[in-house]
Amino acid sequence: MTLVSVSSLTVRYSGATALDDVSLHLDRSEMVALIGANGAGKSTLVKVLSGLVAPASGQVTVNGRLAQVPEGREVFADLSVDDNLRLGGWRNGRRGRDTTAIYELLPALVPLRRRAAGTLSGGQQQMVAIGRALMGRPDVLVIDELSLGLAPLVVEALAGHLRDLHRDRGLTVLLIEQNARLALSLCSRAYVLEAGRIVLDGDAPVLARDERLTAAYLGGHYE
Amino acid sequence: MSDFLGYLLTGLGIGAGFALVGSGLVAIYRVTGVVNFAQGAFAVLAAMLTSTLLTAGLPHVLSELAAVAVAAVVGVLVGIVAIGKPGTDPGTSLIITLGLGVFAYAVEIVLWGDQPRSFPGLPGVATVGGARIQAHYLLILGVTVPVFLALAAFFSRTDLGKALSACASNRYAARVVGIDVRRMGLLAFALGGALGGLAGVLTTPVQQVTFDSDVTLIVNGFAAAVLGGLTRPGVALVGGLLLGVAQTLIAGYGWGAYQLEVALLLMLTVMIVQAARSGPVREAAR
Ligand SMILES: Nc1ncnc2c1ncn2[C@@H]1O[C@H](COP(=O)(O)OP(=O)(O)O)[C@@H](O)[C@H]1O
Ligand SMILES: [Mg+2]
Repeated sequence: MTLVSVSSLTVRYSGATALDDVSLHLDRSEMVALIGANGAGKSTLVKVLSGLVAPASGQVTVNGRLAQVPEGREVFADLSVDDNLRLGGWRNGRRGRDTTAIYELLPALVPLRRRAAGTLSGGQQQMVAIGRALMGRPDVLVIDELSLGLAPLVVEALAGHLRDLHRDRGLTVLLIEQNARLALSLCSRAYVLEAGRIVLDGDAPVLARDERLTAAYLGGHYE
Repeated sequence: MSDFLGYLLTGLGIGAGFALVGSGLVAIYRVTGVVNFAQGAFAVLAAMLTSTLLTAGLPHVLSELAAVAVAAVVGVLVGIVAIGKPGTDPGTSLIITLGLGVFAYAVEIVLWGDQPRSFPGLPGVATVGGARIQAHYLLILGVTVPVFLALAAFFSRTDLGKALSACASNRYAARVVGIDVRRMGLLAFALGGALGGLAGVLTTPVQQVTFDSDVTLIVNGFAAAVLGGLTRPGVALVGGLLLGVAQTLIAGYGWGAYQLEVALLLMLTVMIVQAARSGPVREAAR
């Protein structure tokens, strides 16, 4: 079943075209990557999916709840980790704001629950942002730049959590990444966005061997 | 010594008014980024309205509460005009509130004239440690302190208070989790209106109010609020009380003409120190 479907989406910022005739879809329990360089339009797509930016034209359908981990994490810096999580459940109403399940899912947050989120490390903040998004009980989780500015070990740990969430709960995930190697190793399918257009898409193992992709995105990423 | 104690207590009473106005400014600024220059007008409006309601025969407490409620509603109206249009930048909103403050003068003069007004508060004289002061000063403190405690509990314990704090902390993230930032802004304006109104109804029995009393209130309230970088209500309380005490002492020992100057000097000093430390005051909230 298709949870997210985007067809012929075009978005403009005061004249400048950020997304140009973009179509993509996510089926239930799929983990799909969106790969693209800086300025390709990835975050714009996230904002449209979350209803924060209006499209100029095209259709966007989300069947169910969508929550996002925004680029740069955007935690509530002066609020405690626990309050950050609680507010992730804002739309649920009071009874839907119990944080217990999130601490079971992300036990590393337990000792941090009273700390102001702004005092945490980047990786910890990313975990808070993921927990906050999960508090919205999403059918689809969109993660904008999981690895941005984080050390490889931290990224590995976060990727592990994501893999578990996907495997154990069948969570549908749209993973946005500049690190194509990471994205292709986690996801089953991928889209490649370039200057507002989808230039390539397909199954991850196939794309991993595609010369156009390896030349543009994998060249410098071998560790 | 009992002179000093008397000045101290009356100063705290006066300062409580500044603190309430200041915390209203803080509530609005934190959530919306707007410095609300109509803040003093809420106090004047509520005070004038209370005098009318009392004259019309409504009992105390009810009159004051009604006036505070009206001030809260007026707060929302000011908010709608100032931030109602999406994408209005805080600087523009500030100018709008300044204009609304002047507009309030016109309304107040039409409705209540330009003569000073007052109404009786808690009658009688209290003796505290040998100092004799009007009992009403104790009432002011007796209301203001619990209000601040309730405010602190509201912001730190309730989800709605946390959502307001979230808008203050990171507006974009607030939108991401589905908080209606504009509605929260209007709620902050309501809170600011109520706090300003409370300042007016509490202090008018010991200090007459005229349509332009808002200037004194806003200058002192702003000075109190600026002490905490316009973002910390607790500091605004302490700042307001200190200002009240300082001014009462100055007046008590014979330099009454310089009260407002003290507030201005303090405010300027704090702003310059803060500007030197962290860039413009406006940035301090980010
Ligand atoms: N609010 C905005 N106003 C104007 N242009 C914007 C805005 N946000 C993004 N852009 C432009 O849109 C393009 C796509 O940006 P973005 O979606 O953030 O890309 P990505 O997330 O892939 O780095 C860029 O050229 C960027 O400069
Ligand atoms: Mg981006």
